[in-house]
Amino acid sequence: MDLLSNRSSASGLPVSLTINGAHHDVSVDPWVTLLDLLRGPLSMTGTKKGCDHGQCGACTVLIDGERINSCLKLAVSLDGAEITTIEGLGTPDNMHPLQKAFVEHDAYQCGYCTPGQICSAAGLLKEGHAHSREEIRELMSGNLCRCGAYTNIADAIEDVMQAENVGAHREAAE
Amino acid sequence: MKPFEYLRPSDVSEAVAALAANPEAQVLAGGTNLVDLMKYDVTHPGAVIDINRLPLKEIEQLEDGTFRIGALVSNSIAAYHAGIAGELPLLSSAILAGASPQLRNAATCGGNLLQRTRCYYFYDASTPCNKREPGSGCGAVGGVNRIHAILGASQHCIATHPSDMCVALAALDTVVDVAGPTGDRQIPFLDFHRLPGDHPERDNTLQQGEIVTAIRVSGGHFKRHHSYLKLRDRLSYAFALVSVAAALDIGEDGTILDIRVALGGVAHKPWRDPLAETECAGQPANRDTFQALATRLLAGARGQGDNDFKIEMARRAIVRALEQAAAGTPQIQSHKAIF
Repeated sequence: MDLLSNRSSASGLPVSLTINGAHHDVSVDPWVTLLDLLRGPLSMTGTKKGCDHGQCGACTVLIDGERINSCLKLAVSLDGAEITTIEGLGTPDNMHPLQKAFVEHDAYQCGYCTPGQICSAAGLLKEGHAHSREEIRELMSGNLCRCGAYTNIADAIEDVMQAENVGAHREAAE
Repeated sequence: MKPFEYLRPSDVSEAVAALAANPEAQVLAGGTNLVDLMKYDVTHPGAVIDINRLPLKEIEQLEDGTFRIGALVSNSIAAYHAGIAGELPLLSSAILAGASPQLRNAATCGGNLLQRTRCYYFYDASTPCNKREPGSGCGAVGGVNRIHAILGASQHCIATHPSDMCVALAALDTVVDVAGPTGDRQIPFLDFHRLPGDHPERDNTLQQGEIVTAIRVSGGHFKRHHSYLKLRDRLSYAFALVSVAAALDIGEDGTILDIRVALGGVAHKPWRDPLAETECAGQPANRDTFQALATRLLAGARGQGDNDFKIEMARRAIVRALEQAAAGTPQIQSHKAIF
């Protein structure tokens, strides 16, 4: 058995995570989700809690490069994982291309879903399965925006996707 | 979420032993269903056995062409796997019709088989539900039952199985590999899930202590003629009201060599009628044949009130999906128009 706790584990279980490049050794109870660990003990409140049931996508982060709903992941099950949150994608002075595009396209109103939208879009670009606006819309359907900024969100992602494709073609040509 | 014991076995035999030893234990894989149900207090396992470290993450193609998909392969990896997408496009399409990209990245193929119903009474711990609390009654019978079963239901439960992937697996030739305290065994897919009958608390035929280790799927002869048609209340990221996995093998003379139709969203398990399919062999692959098959498949259909519309919807969806399959123009999951 790799790891075993009893039901009244007072001290929690040891978990090692690399979050936005920084190593964290923490102790968590097994019923704590990654989302609650980030927002609570680690004070990283960029990742948002919307529905807390995997239905809205506001809590989306990248786990080992893949976009995942952090509300449905028990932190203890992620020992050794690399996690990227919105805080790790860019900074106000050095924004990720998606962050810039969201600003340029006004791809939000209240902004609560935006960290999840941007992390999800980063996952989408890395996956490489979206080649059209229709496919962007389908493959972003796990992120709800109650303000209804979908049109501008799709515009922003489409812009970055096209810029990446131009860059890739240039590299290939060179 | 109620406190629980957490165990993380490092091999299959440890996992099986831990599960067999504790009737209150449940298995954690992707967590997309279990963690959600624990948050709603629908289920409260005394122990959670985290199997994510087990070596069940491979997809291999066996000599006879069958794909053996490890239980811990994510839904995304299975759907986009070049071999599966090429040889079993119906399976890829069904997986991509389900959930969202984030959920498909986390959810496993074994877990997809074991997901619980999305019946709102099952999810609401303040209402009676024979599946959640055997003997407590069913709120859906005579209640709000728009999403519920039209086939194979019992007086005790009218819940449906929510999976898309399983509908395609039911249409294809699928076997589930299982490891248990008395050894390994294989369960034909159509025997894996069960109808509610007098025991709606049992979704499937797994025995105490058994875990799914892999899924074996074949059906390469359907790669030209197939379609997964999913009808739902919004165009993406919603459970099916009715879905159809249709697969055809058509001879040069236009007659049917092999035909499969499995329905989702209509019963406690993916719904198929293999005998009715067999009788279609040799008939022309056209609308008359498809309508006759639809009528047979839905012969025992019975609405519960709010869901009466599903009977006609299913009839039309079966014909439409089979026509899409026959034409070689499968439903595209990102393009929402249905042709």
